[in-house]
Amino acid sequence: MPDNTLDNLLEDRKGQVLETAPDGAPAAIRCETRSAAGSVSQRACVFCGSRVVLYPIADALHLVHGPAGCAAYTWDIRGALSSGPALHRHSFTTDLRETDVIYGGAVKLERALRALIAEHGPRAAFVYSTCIVGLIGDDVSAVCKRVQADCGIPVIAVDSEGFKGTKKDGYKAACEALVKLIGTSADPALPTAPARSVAGINILGEFNLAGEAWMIRDYYERIGVPVVATLTGDGRVDTVRRAHTARFNVVQCSGSMLGLAAKLEENYGQPYRRVSYFGLEDMAQALYDVADLFVDSDPDMPRRAAALVSEEMARVLPALAEYRRDLEGARAAIYVGGAFKAHSLIKALRHLGMRTVVVGSQTGSAEDYERLRQLCDPGTIIVDDSNPVELSRFVLKKNADLLIGGVKERPIAYKLGLAFCDHNHERKIPLAGFDGMVNFAREVHGSVTSPVWKLSLRSRA
Amino acid sequence: MREMELFPAEKRAQPQGVSNDDQCFGWSSETPAAGAAEDEVLAPILELHPGEDSPEYAVNPCKVCAPLGASLVFKGVAGAVPLLHGSQGCATYIRRYLISHFREPVDIASSSFDEMAAVFGGRESLTRALDNVRAQYEPELIGVATTCLSETIGDDVADILRRYDTDGTCVTVQVNTPSYTGTHLDGYYATVCSLVAHLAEGGPATETVNLFPALVSPEDLRWLRRVTGLFGLDPCLLPDYSDTLDGGQWTEYRRLPPGGTSLAQIRASGRAAASLELGWSQARRETAGSYLNREFGIPCHCLGLPIGLEATDAFLAVLARVSGRSIPEQLEAERARLLDAYVDAHKVLAGLRAVVFGDEDLAIALALFLAEIGVAPVLVASGGTGALADSAVAAYPALEKHDVTFLPDTDFACLGEAAKQARPTLLVGHSKGSKLARELDVPLVRVGFPVHDRFGAARLSCLGYEGSHRLFLEVVNSLLADRQAKSDIGHFYF
Repeated sequence: MPDNTLDNLLEDRKGQVLETAPDGAPAAIRCETRSAAGSVSQRACVFCGSRVVLYPIADALHLVHGPAGCAAYTWDIRGALSSGPALHRHSFTTDLRETDVIYGGAVKLERALRALIAEHGPRAAFVYSTCIVGLIGDDVSAVCKRVQADCGIPVIAVDSEGFKGTKKDGYKAACEALVKLIGTSADPALPTAPARSVAGINILGEFNLAGEAWMIRDYYERIGVPVVATLTGDGRVDTVRRAHTARFNVVQCSGSMLGLAAKLEENYGQPYRRVSYFGLEDMAQALYDVADLFVDSDPDMPRRAAALVSEEMARVLPALAEYRRDLEGARAAIYVGGAFKAHSLIKALRHLGMRTVVVGSQTGSAEDYERLRQLCDPGTIIVDDSNPVELSRFVLKKNADLLIGGVKERPIAYKLGLAFCDHNHERKIPLAGFDGMVNFAREVHGSVTSPVWKLSLRSRA
Repeated sequence: MREMELFPAEKRAQPQGVSNDDQCFGWSSETPAAGAAEDEVLAPILELHPGEDSPEYAVNPCKVCAPLGASLVFKGVAGAVPLLHGSQGCATYIRRYLISHFREPVDIASSSFDEMAAVFGGRESLTRALDNVRAQYEPELIGVATTCLSETIGDDVADILRRYDTDGTCVTVQVNTPSYTGTHLDGYYATVCSLVAHLAEGGPATETVNLFPALVSPEDLRWLRRVTGLFGLDPCLLPDYSDTLDGGQWTEYRRLPPGGTSLAQIRASGRAAASLELGWSQARRETAGSYLNREFGIPCHCLGLPIGLEATDAFLAVLARVSGRSIPEQLEAERARLLDAYVDAHKVLAGLRAVVFGDEDLAIALALFLAEIGVAPVLVASGGTGALADSAVAAYPALEKHDVTFLPDTDFACLGEAAKQARPTLLVGHSKGSKLARELDVPLVRVGFPVHDRFGAARLSCLGYEGSHRLFLEVVNSLLADRQAKSDIGHFYF
């Protein structure tokens, strides 16, 4: 039967979708490119990328230099928890108006910075440039430098003008801001790079959504790995500044922080390891890999890691088996921000007896997609930077029962009578780690087995 | 001529200095009321940042930007796709914000500006976006709204659209919505105006009316259609996202969700018997109503949102006059039930104080409603830039006896401070006030836009006797729930 699902794409979108071949023949996907104009991409902008990465630093002032909209849309937008201060949950903006656009916003920015620092006493300030700032040419760096000199805290300009690239460029801008902060500790007792005093790790790319960083940190500490800094979940300026003193960087969420890890290796000789905390396999692998890093100084660590994994597995496997009974054979579609997470999700879904039939991401790299291709069953649709029209067509064609995504994907699933699992930054339930896997299974189970689908139009059609 | 209907209808009192004729067109926000009484009228409005053109900064904004309002209006036109001429993020953030409120797909295209476009102009990006939207959506109308980016580099969007050939398959309408000017509500009204200015046609007069409401819920839009139907009118209700953003299940993705004001209806708006604008701030703007009045001589009545008994009376009185029919019995019965509910619960509300916030036209209407049921609206706040003050002047006679403080162009930091001083028993506004409600330990009655932390935002009605009845019960019952939860006794009866 002729099938034009993959041909029926916008001309500008061709090459960004593929269906894995039955014989596993290699195929490449076009990615890391600007979104096609008019395509209704699910991506946001450079500013968004920067904002989400730095957002969880809880004792910093995050000042959005631009019209109020950019700040309003990102007010308390992530479920990134803090164990202490919560300055990050406010939305600060210079609220630029027409006159500021005409005469320049630098004076306003400086006044706002000084007033807000005086009022809130942050440990550092990040100033995010929005589109308009890139056009009117405010010298944000000069303002930051002046205020930093007077206020005695780091004041860092984040080059996050929305139009200057994609969301991924925003991650890069955020990482550049972090690089400026790391190694600047005001504490004279701390060594400067490359000497290190702590045999611990930094957790990179973990944002403490629903408290996930706390769970991960607890695992590491239980096997004897001290954590110096988490970037940026439950983040504090002072611990970020000390991050150069750790021995290794352990990186999750490749899209946002791999660049930072490479930079830190270059600057401070810290080797890094990529991990994922989603699903039992990847979580266990993360612990094994990190334990291996320390085997020279602590030969018993791998054994402790194995013991922790067995203990946790014994605890969660019975619960997962229960869920699997109902979910066996169901088909899943995944559309998330970063492709690295998609790998873990495919494996986690297999644990539940579920097959992935559509998988895509906003910001995956060629390498990410190649790994996905190798991981997926034949006939799986892989897509980069998709849109609602495509996604809905793909999930229907592949007869998916479940869509995993974020807020913008949710109504697509629900309108078409598909179950949905929110795996984005708004989630309220931890999905990482061993307990997170049980939560994930419960979330998926709760939606897939709901009686409402029996009533929905599509199942009656 | 355009007539400003004041509240209440029978005891219509003119706010000082406001005339009942075309003069109100020239009444800008800088000179809110011509005449000697101006200072007294505006006295209760706080000067937040004296000596400055605009606040130095905002902490937790109480508004979003104009392109959101534009997108929402375009979503309320049949077969339309909104297209934002700017960065990809503008469309995506706005989609996310609207989806979280309506819990429906909200497809908004973007011209996805990059650095080249910012330097050399966005003509190519916009043209390509139009091509792709047409190819993927086959729309009847593409609504192009500008953003800070395209406005500041000075793209001539009107010219780009003029030169763009749609082969007659679809219409393009453009609106200027730089995000640094005004709020989402300003973008909303500007877009309604722009649609009418682009599409309205003259010709033999019809007996129908144009209905241009402030930003209200889908449920309220449905009520507006229903109630005008009861008077035998088939209005051009613009926008009408009651179906497009509050629809049923689908078997396949509806790229253009069913519903919305048809292009034919908007074209016919130039031949209507009258225009009704619901939302007082519209009297201070160039609006669809003022455009039609000027171009086609269509009389325009500007009223407040019909929330509460007397405001609904006023609205229905205009409908009765325009249609030449009397108030239908069904509505009389609804009115009787509402009044009966007021009486039943009046003691629960006696002496209470409320803080009201949200879009200026909604905030004012809610304040009047609260005053009507015996709750003092001690603080009325909006992120809107100035129109709250204008509306306050119009509304003032009815609020005179309450010691109301008006707080325009505010953020939640200032609003929070003022609210603490106001010592309210409850908050009435959108869901971004939830943190403040927690802090003050008072209930928040959610109404307006956005409501991101509850289900059913689309069904939050407050217009007409029925909507007011729902809102009234919500106010009363949330107070009782609060009292019951905090009581050691846990009463069975209230």
